[in-house]
Amino acid sequence: MILLQLFWEFFKTGLFSVGGGMATIPFLSAIAEKTGWFTSGQLADMIAVSESTPGPIGVNMATYVGFTTAGIPGAVVATVGLVTPSVIVILVIARFLTKFRNNRFVDAAFYGLRPASAALIAAAGVLVLRLSLLNETAYAAGEGFLALFNWKAIALAALIFVLTNFVKPAKKLHPVFFILGAAVVGAVFHFGGA
Amino acid sequence: MKLLLDLFLTFARIGVLTFGGGYAMLPIIQREVVEKKKWATEEEVMDYYAIGQCTPGVIAVNTATFIGRKHAGIPGGILATLGVVFPSLVIITVIAAFIANFADLPIVKNAFAGIRACVCVLIANAVVKLWKKAVIDLPTLLVFLVVFVASVLTPLSPVVYVLLAAGAGILIKTLGGGKKA
Repeated sequence: MILLQLFWEFFKTGLFSVGGGMATIPFLSAIAEKTGWFTSGQLADMIAVSESTPGPIGVNMATYVGFTTAGIPGAVVATVGLVTPSVIVILVIARFLTKFRNNRFVDAAFYGLRPASAALIAAAGVLVLRLSLLNETAYAAGEGFLALFNWKAIALAALIFVLTNFVKPAKKLHPVFFILGAAVVGAVFHFGGA
Repeated sequence: MKLLLDLFLTFARIGVLTFGGGYAMLPIIQREVVEKKKWATEEEVMDYYAIGQCTPGVIAVNTATFIGRKHAGIPGGILATLGVVFPSLVIITVIAAFIANFADLPIVKNAFAGIRACVCVLIANAVVKLWKKAVIDLPTLLVFLVVFVASVLTPLSPVVYVLLAAGAGILIKTLGGGKKA
């Protein structure tokens, strides 16, 4: 039964996510909230693993979520669910490819879809940000305003942001290098407090 | 039959060689599909990419389906797609099982806490990159702001926003609004 549900959730993700692998994140975040199959923390870890391993990010995410939820059958079902709408849509439009590309309604729909997709990813990013850069439980426990911020993580995030956006040689590096670097920094400086 | 197997294996190789999907995949598709196999021309691959961007789903999968279908009909489209996802299935399953076994070690927890800070930045960078292509005038800025605020504040499914945004795009363009392409 859970397999059927997995297939359906990922079918929807494949059908409605627009603009590449990261666009699946808001959908996965919604699945986490609705079903409790995995936490937003796990989701953030899955994003890191999906970016650092071969294969399209969206497919990697589906496999990972599926595996976490229901083992190897879950991994297969979630991945097949994700790609099924693509396969159907492409097989249908392949025949009138050029007409589709130049259709003004398709063009207009994507004019509205692209900023919405960016906004959905940003909103999912806010969740990950709260989880990794803020310490809301400490703040709620009355440890004061400064305890709300996870200073070590904020410093690391700021450093990576500057490196990936403004420093010439670092800008070209693949994200996997930053992920590995962040793992080392996190382990050495006890980011998790463990 | 031989062609189907060839489609599966070629796209499996593309899946293994791709780090990050999307545009990272383009040079590898060009080498494997255009130069080695001659299954498509350079222009066709660019066309598939353009279509892949204005259809739902994973761009890599869309491209695989297109090329597979062109050469071996519907079974070809399906086999090429299975090929492109096969390496992910194997690699991620192994890694996920491995991580699940070590998730409780303090060093792993600390490492992932560091990684999460990095993931924030990766998501922010993805948003910036999409923003540059998507938010091009006042109506698209409004769509971005409305969807962002609404989805932070409400638990509505992203499906709702996607459908409304597509409708809004058609409405704005029909009324003659927005920047002329």
